[in-house]
Amino acid sequence: MDLLAQFDWWQPFTSRNGLSIMLVGAVTNVACALVGCYLVLRRMSLMGDAIAHAVLPGLVLALLLSGSMNILPLFLGAAAIGLLTTFLTQTLHQYGRVPADASMGVVYTSLFAIGVVLLKSYAGQLHFDVQCVFEGWLGFAGMRRFSFAGLELPMQLRTVGPVALINLAAILLFWKELKVSSFDSPFSTLIGISATLMHYFLMALVAVTTVASFEAVGSILVVAMLIAPPATAHLLCDRLGRMIVVACVVAIVASVVGYWFALPGIFAERGVSPAGAMACAAGGMYGLAVLFSPQYGIISKLVRNLQTALRILREDLLLMLYRVEEVDSSKRMRPSEAVDAVGGGWLARLALAMLRRRGRLELRDGRLHMTDDGRWRAARLVRGHRLWETYLVKHLGLPLDHVHAPADRVEHYIHQPLREELERAVEDAPIDPHGREIPGTAR
Amino acid sequence: MIGGSITANIMLGTALLGATAGVIGTFAVLRRRALVGDMLSHAALPGICLAFLVMNSRNRLGLSIGALVTGLLGIVLVGVITRWTRTKEDAAIGIVLSTFFGAGVVLLSKIQQDQSGNQAGLGTYLFGETASISRSDIQLIAGMAAVCLVIVILLFKEFELLSFDSDFATSQGWPALALDLLMMGTLTIVTIVGLPICGVILMAALIILPGAAARFWTNRLGPLLVIAGIFGGASGMIGTFLASPLPERWFGSERVRALLNASLLPPGPLIVLSAAAIFLFSLLFAPRRGIVAENLAELRLRIRISREHMLRALYELSEPQLPNRPQIDEKTLLAQRHWSNWVLNWWLWRFSAQGLIERDRETAQLTPAGLAAAAQVTRTHRLWELFLVESAGIASDHVDRDADDVEHMLPAPLIRKLEARLAASGRMPVVSQIVPESPHELL
Amino acid sequence: MIKEASSTGERIEANSPALEIHDMTVAYHRKPVLWDIDLVVPEGKLVGIVGPNGAGKTTLIKAVLGLLPLASGKVEIYGKPFGEQRHLIGYVPQRESVDWDFPVTVRDVVLMGTYGRLGWIRRPGRAEREIARECLEQVGMNEFAKRQIRQLSGGQQQRVFLARALAQDAKVYFMDEPFSGVDAATEAAIIELLQKLRSQGKTVFVVHHDLQTVRSYFDYVILLNMRLVACGPTATTFTPAMLHETYGGRLTILDEAAEAVRQREPIR
Repeated sequence: MDLLAQFDWWQPFTSRNGLSIMLVGAVTNVACALVGCYLVLRRMSLMGDAIAHAVLPGLVLALLLSGSMNILPLFLGAAAIGLLTTFLTQTLHQYGRVPADASMGVVYTSLFAIGVVLLKSYAGQLHFDVQCVFEGWLGFAGMRRFSFAGLELPMQLRTVGPVALINLAAILLFWKELKVSSFDSPFSTLIGISATLMHYFLMALVAVTTVASFEAVGSILVVAMLIAPPATAHLLCDRLGRMIVVACVVAIVASVVGYWFALPGIFAERGVSPAGAMACAAGGMYGLAVLFSPQYGIISKLVRNLQTALRILREDLLLMLYRVEEVDSSKRMRPSEAVDAVGGGWLARLALAMLRRRGRLELRDGRLHMTDDGRWRAARLVRGHRLWETYLVKHLGLPLDHVHAPADRVEHYIHQPLREELERAVEDAPIDPHGREIPGTAR
Repeated sequence: MIGGSITANIMLGTALLGATAGVIGTFAVLRRRALVGDMLSHAALPGICLAFLVMNSRNRLGLSIGALVTGLLGIVLVGVITRWTRTKEDAAIGIVLSTFFGAGVVLLSKIQQDQSGNQAGLGTYLFGETASISRSDIQLIAGMAAVCLVIVILLFKEFELLSFDSDFATSQGWPALALDLLMMGTLTIVTIVGLPICGVILMAALIILPGAAARFWTNRLGPLLVIAGIFGGASGMIGTFLASPLPERWFGSERVRALLNASLLPPGPLIVLSAAAIFLFSLLFAPRRGIVAENLAELRLRIRISREHMLRALYELSEPQLPNRPQIDEKTLLAQRHWSNWVLNWWLWRFSAQGLIERDRETAQLTPAGLAAAAQVTRTHRLWELFLVESAGIASDHVDRDADDVEHMLPAPLIRKLEARLAASGRMPVVSQIVPESPHELL
Repeated sequence: MIKEASSTGERIEANSPALEIHDMTVAYHRKPVLWDIDLVVPEGKLVGIVGPNGAGKTTLIKAVLGLLPLASGKVEIYGKPFGEQRHLIGYVPQRESVDWDFPVTVRDVVLMGTYGRLGWIRRPGRAEREIARECLEQVGMNEFAKRQIRQLSGGQQQRVFLARALAQDAKVYFMDEPFSGVDAATEAAIIELLQKLRSQGKTVFVVHHDLQTVRSYFDYVILLNMRLVACGPTATTFTPAMLHETYGGRLTILDEAAEAVRQREPIR
């Protein structure tokens, strides 16, 4: 606690090193999220995982052949291996009839093993830290810099920045093609936009993005950023354009939150791996979306169901009290009787409490009395129910004993337009088929 | 790089591990869950770190229990996400994998600074360290293998049902969810036991590769499991062998041995590469499902179809003038079907070499032998057509697709009946009473 | 909005049939699924593709559309190979094959029908949006234009894909079971639309498996059971009596054959 109290909250956002790390993280994450959206929608998320691992031998070979950390051979080697991974996976699936997921697993684990063997065999000649495969050099983003347009920028931006721009340009330029081939690949091929071509195009982008991000943030963050922000956005949006924008925002927020979490003194005294923390932040944001997305979140769905259940219970309570009064105008029920009559349980008690708080019911002498407002609402519900019964008997010719149950379900969903239509259809019948009065609309 | 004297022990351990992973992994491959193994091995890392933080020791059993907990949590999370949200399974696996692994990396970097001396052992969970296999490890592996095999043998029927059709299993009253959890539980245990030996990625390979390779050799579950076990065990042994120093008696020269031993590689990736080699061999050369066998069979099929088309065309062009055998113009023949010039010429060359036709410059004439062969092909074709017309209601699954098999598939009396009916209605060709007329208009 | 073929800028030879298949064999992993299919369908027909499950109906469509490789034979649309005639073809996929969670709206899907004409990189503009609106209007789905496709009923979903096919402004349409999972009202609306297309000179192929309605819906049928059983006008082709008279079949033989095959079934 002491540590937290001394902590300068704004320090990371003003220090050059902190800004560098966040900038590199954010740009990388956006580059990944841009192509990741299409991976997630094509149900090929794990292709990102596979490529991120499979590029290892490509990197090692490129390093060995070029003898330096020169960026171009690295890109070429990795892009080639990325495409090879895709191609082999496809071939195994198609010609070897290996299930799609297993063929992916076979290909990338084998390539990774080759990579490890190469790495160990030539360990002496390579300055290649294995740990870097997972975590990258994000923590050291502030160390080396280059200047661009008068700004001192971290070195990694020189690789990650152009890749992010390339991805953005590719998506804008081939918007229509990527969209249609992701949505309906046979149709796409049919209208002359080859789905295969778009597939390999996208995979090449993923491979290049992966390699560029590799050095900066490590494979684990690449995989997280390819999948988690797009999946989060998919839970929040129903249009492709918005989904991509939201995914980028999520990616940026994840890098800021992750970086903050990784700072010394927050989680561990001397700080933790920022890449790992950013991956966790992205996963956490996905978790929030799973729970609280307005339309598709689990909790939102539960709340919606609960609200509907409560409304139906309130209406059932009012209906029941109205019918009891109709039969015996002096009879008033106890709250416990009323709750039991609609099935009991805490939900029913809650519904009763809500009715009282809203002034539909009053409790006098331990008995429930409808207020005028409550009685008017109940009458309207009963009217809907009995109109529906009349309609069923009159227009669909259902036998009498068959109409109560369906009307019981429908009564909660009869709104004003439908009620008016029903009124016209049954021509103001004063009584329902069971011979009971249909209450009027007057207040 | 393994010391010579304990090589046998280690071989035993890796072979047992490979065999068990192969058997259990086969179910994962069959159930299209190959990458769950990958997810598991990543999701185990935070568990291992947490267990280490709690116990502050490297007791392998304790760490394994931590891994088991987070591994199972990962599986449950993937299930919850796919069941309750619109996120698809691949993205769910990817998110859980990367978030858990990110958390693991964060915890690892915390541990690294807290207890720098003690953490070295945790690093092996990333890449594996076969050389560290001790006698107690082998006992652990053997115990795990025994438990898993007993479960598989006892529940063979149930697992078979579940792998084949889990909905059917549920409808038959089997506790599909519990069985599923048990199956995934065994997978988790195998993964976690193997993790310190093979590392994260390579353990995923051991789960997928043997099962996927065995799939090429058989269509039945029992043999499949056995073969996968053998493949897995063999990969373990071969990989370990390749990684171990050569026995003294193989090379007398101390210098050669030193040279060879100096380039020894870690066994983990070698085990995976051995498994990959077995997979590759199966993919290419398995007798029925291998790519070579399949392509040969397809080529043969194409050639046979082409030959039948050619013979039928010759017969159909001769048919109006039977029993005379007319000279058929090659141009007419070319127009009859849509084949290219060289295909036509090749077949005409083949047929005349086989004595089926006599070629003049621009014309061809069926020899008596050729007429018989062509008539036979045409008869088979038309009989099948007739049969399928007759029995248009039969699902085609019941009909073997091989045209030559008409005699084997349909009982002789039935064929005679079909023929007789055609003859009775005067539609049998005059020349040989075995060629029925084509039921649809010839084109 | 459905214009004559002139809008495609292509002159179609008057006498070439809409679809011509010669000696087509399609194999999945060396097992032929369709054998020696030979058929010709003239222009301006509403064609039902009928046959038992596993008879290769969907395979036939996919092979014609170049989505599956042919083991032998060839396919021609208006006398030319498929590759040169893509722009003449409209396609409605099976409902099961669509990802309904994809973040697209109804209008986005219908707009995709115009992509083929646009070519690479060019974006749909006002003209295309107008086409999409008109096509939605035709299937009565305009008020749902901004809905995500999951939020529609089965019948409405089918109509959206029909509207996309309309937006393709094709000459030949292929539809894979457009009536599956669709309510009776939608089925009637769809068939009415298809008949309207036919009256405009389009040719429509429909994979169908409700034998009851074949006669009333289609004026041409393709009977398929791995091999071509028959292909011709419904009135003369789709009559059991006709089949049996022509080919000398009888129910007893039919049963006998089915039984014989069933007993020898476990040959793999």
